[in-house]
Amino acid sequence: MRVQWFCFFLSCLTRRVLRGGAELLFDGIKQHQVTLPNQSNPWDIRQLLVWIRHNLLKERPELFIQGDTVRPGILVLINDADWELMGELDYQLEDKDNIVFISTLHGG
Amino acid sequence: MCEEEEVYCPELQDTTQGKSLGKTCMKCKESSAVLLIRAGDAFCKSCFKEYFVHKFRATLGKNRVIYPGEKVLLAFSGGPSSSAMVQQVQEGMSRDAPKKLRFVPGILFIDEGTTCGMSHEERQQNMSEVQNVLQQTGFPFYIVSLEQVFSLPGSILQRGVPEQRANYKQEVDRFMVQQQAQGETGCSDILENLAKLGVNVSESSRESDKMFQSTCRHPPDTHTQKLIQLFASAKTLTAKHQLLHTLRSHLILHIARTCGYSKVMSGESCTRLSVSLLSNISLGRGAFLPLDTGFCDSRYGDVDIIRPMREYSLKEIAFYNRLFHVSSVFIPALNTKVLENSSIQQLSEVFINRLQADFPSTVSTVYRTSEKLNVSKIDANQGTCAKERCLLCLSPLDTQVGEASAFHATQISHYISQKILMKFNDPANSSGKSCCQEGKCCKGPGYGDFCQPRALQAPSFVDMLCYGCRLTVKDLQSLDALPQYVLHEAEHRSRRIEMRKEIEEFLLDKDEENLH
Ligand SMILES: [Zn+2]
Ligand SMILES: [Zn+2]
Repeated sequence: MRVQWFCFFLSCLTRRVLRGGAELLFDGIKQHQVTLPNQSNPWDIRQLLVWIRHNLLKERPELFIQGDTVRPGILVLINDADWELMGELDYQLEDKDNIVFISTLHGG
Repeated sequence: MCEEEEVYCPELQDTTQGKSLGKTCMKCKESSAVLLIRAGDAFCKSCFKEYFVHKFRATLGKNRVIYPGEKVLLAFSGGPSSSAMVQQVQEGMSRDAPKKLRFVPGILFIDEGTTCGMSHEERQQNMSEVQNVLQQTGFPFYIVSLEQVFSLPGSILQRGVPEQRANYKQEVDRFMVQQQAQGETGCSDILENLAKLGVNVSESSRESDKMFQSTCRHPPDTHTQKLIQLFASAKTLTAKHQLLHTLRSHLILHIARTCGYSKVMSGESCTRLSVSLLSNISLGRGAFLPLDTGFCDSRYGDVDIIRPMREYSLKEIAFYNRLFHVSSVFIPALNTKVLENSSIQQLSEVFINRLQADFPSTVSTVYRTSEKLNVSKIDANQGTCAKERCLLCLSPLDTQVGEASAFHATQISHYISQKILMKFNDPANSSGKSCCQEGKCCKGPGYGDFCQPRALQAPSFVDMLCYGCRLTVKDLQSLDALPQYVLHEAEHRSRRIEMRKEIEEFLLDKDEENLH
């Protein structure tokens, strides 16, 4: 069983999505803890985005995901480091990884 | 798919995981990098902090526009950039800062909730969140509602007289001597002024609970209704954005003037400025790019707007805020959750971000282009206050150009197409002549869709605007919804123009006399 933390930072989109679920307010950051199902191959960010799209985003997924990656203007931090340094979509998740999505788009 | 993954996985692991571990900071060459800025510049956490803090001081130091002891109003929106800006000022003010900032800061937050249909409760909640953040800064702060524009004086649309300043270095020396001689001056005079205006002031040193009540005071319902009406009368989201920007600028200017701030710091990042650069060109505001996007905007004369965050990308700001726990407040805006093609501003943002994703130097290229546009030239060419200024944005009018200009051509084509429209609309007055007899619409190229008389005649009002503002006003269903100060000042100006016409003969004589 893998446990990961996903923090959705100041994004209206996820704010709404998370309203119904387990939502924690922490320094103005919306945090969401999810348990990903076990699978034979290790999870990577690419698969995680697909999973988020199917399980967390109920409405207007194009505001968050476009194509197989995040919408341009949304930053991805893996354990507080730039995902561009970590292999972006190919980064393989480890237990208790902390993934943060920050929207730099005006209006969230 | 699965097979492919299995085949490629070992390879990927080798390159990607290896890369992330191997990437060290380009500056100290010791710690592992956490952030990639520009192409190939990887920084570790502590070097990034140093770089970020240094850039802020360097930007201010290089431009030398803020004098020591000067009062500077920080425009705070709750968003990441202005939050980072406030934090940088705090950092620069701290006792152990190497090159201490020596100006006197205050913070202004404008609650714009009405424009995007927020309820009173939601606005209260946002404002108390903002209050919590601002209280921690220790700076005096002002929280005002956008509704306040309905009590602005017409004089806000007049250019102030720039204060004559001595040489920067002399001022610094004088300040140092002054500071040694006397302690810090109080701000009781400001508080008095504010009390008169009904602006709510709060200082961290004061009893916060008492202040809290007054800061979150409910704006009058009639004003809220008027504001809703005004924004409802804007036919496009593009016009709503421009309208909000205009009103916000006026309110900021008003607070700065009445509270004695001669500088306003606005937190636009270079990403945001690149977006406004493109959208402003599309909005017909190309002539004012140096004012709208430059480091120092001195169109108001007595209050300068400066943009100290313009060398940071939003990525840098977002990382800084995240890594160093700078809290910001998320407040939905006009463009929250809208479609990508809903406004020109939105489209420009999408365009820049898409391009940036594929070509990481996009923002910096656009931004550097904006740097080459010079601010001083506008002022130098057109004198300080001699030239007529746009009623709404106070930019020197770009509409007084020759007949062989693109502006003139656009006007003619607009005029002609409108004439045709009127013919179709009004079969009774099928000829242009009968329309003229009423004397309402053929005085000049007006923007009204019909020949209806208005409380304020559209043509004369429109003539006082720059090309960009004309386009915005064109998208308003009625001018009557505009706040009184705009209408008053327009009347005031047209009266002045009439008076000038009446005495023109005498003035000409005088000129001729001078020539002889
Ligand atoms: Zn380093
Ligand atoms: Zn204008």
